[in-house]
Amino acid sequence: MAESSLHLLYFAWLRERVGLGAEDVAVPPGVATVADLIAWLRRRGPGYEAAFGTTAPVRCAVNQEFATPDAAIAAGDEIAFFPPVTGG
Amino acid sequence: MATIRVQHEAIDVAADIAALTAGRFDIGGIASFIGTVRDMAKGRRITAMTLEHYPGMTERALAAIAAEAERRWRLLGCTLVHRVGPMAPGETIVLVLAASAHRQDALEASAFLIDWLKTRAPFWKKESFADGTEEWVDAREADDLAAARWGALSG
Repeated sequence: MAESSLHLLYFAWLRERVGLGAEDVAVPPGVATVADLIAWLRRRGPGYEAAFGTTAPVRCAVNQEFATPDAAIAAGDEIAFFPPVTGG
Repeated sequence: MATIRVQHEAIDVAADIAALTAGRFDIGGIASFIGTVRDMAKGRRITAMTLEHYPGMTERALAAIAAEAERRWRLLGCTLVHRVGPMAPGETIVLVLAASAHRQDALEASAFLIDWLKTRAPFWKKESFADGTEEWVDAREADDLAAARWGALSG
């Protein structure tokens, strides 16, 4: 199987720790869920480890809908990571 | 059909109420929630608040929240306006309007709309303090409890 291309977005303190707000990545075939993606991202560098390797809660959306760590991901998906929301 | 806006500009509450009611004579009441920036947090003075959001998902989430309110209550109009970017203490962050023929629908719907907005719409607040430091605001358990009293999505 070929690598899958994903569009990733980071918001609030995740954006600051990763060091960018958006990027396109190609992930290997074994990365099939949000949890897999987080594990893969953490190995990409210290910024990612600072963003995802913390006890602070991280939320996710797949194609602009809230998703849980077991959610499946597929090539072309837009996947966003952010802290629990604090609007209003 | 709800009015949904995310904007950098200051929110003009009177203008949004006028737009909601223009040409309408079936509305018996309008309930509002107007959220404003406080100048203190955890005993420290705040000089500014900055709101970040997820363009695209924000509008979808707000539309879904308004649609849920329209399913649950007999509304004749509904407005959700949220400000983003930097703002000063005293300024309006969010405006919720619900219009109905009788007050109970409008009052309950406006409380529901702000409770769900606070827990389901992708906005994040950052506070700037008088000593020059900045901090992202933590989500509050009280907000989750307030939203939970309305139950799950019905549609």
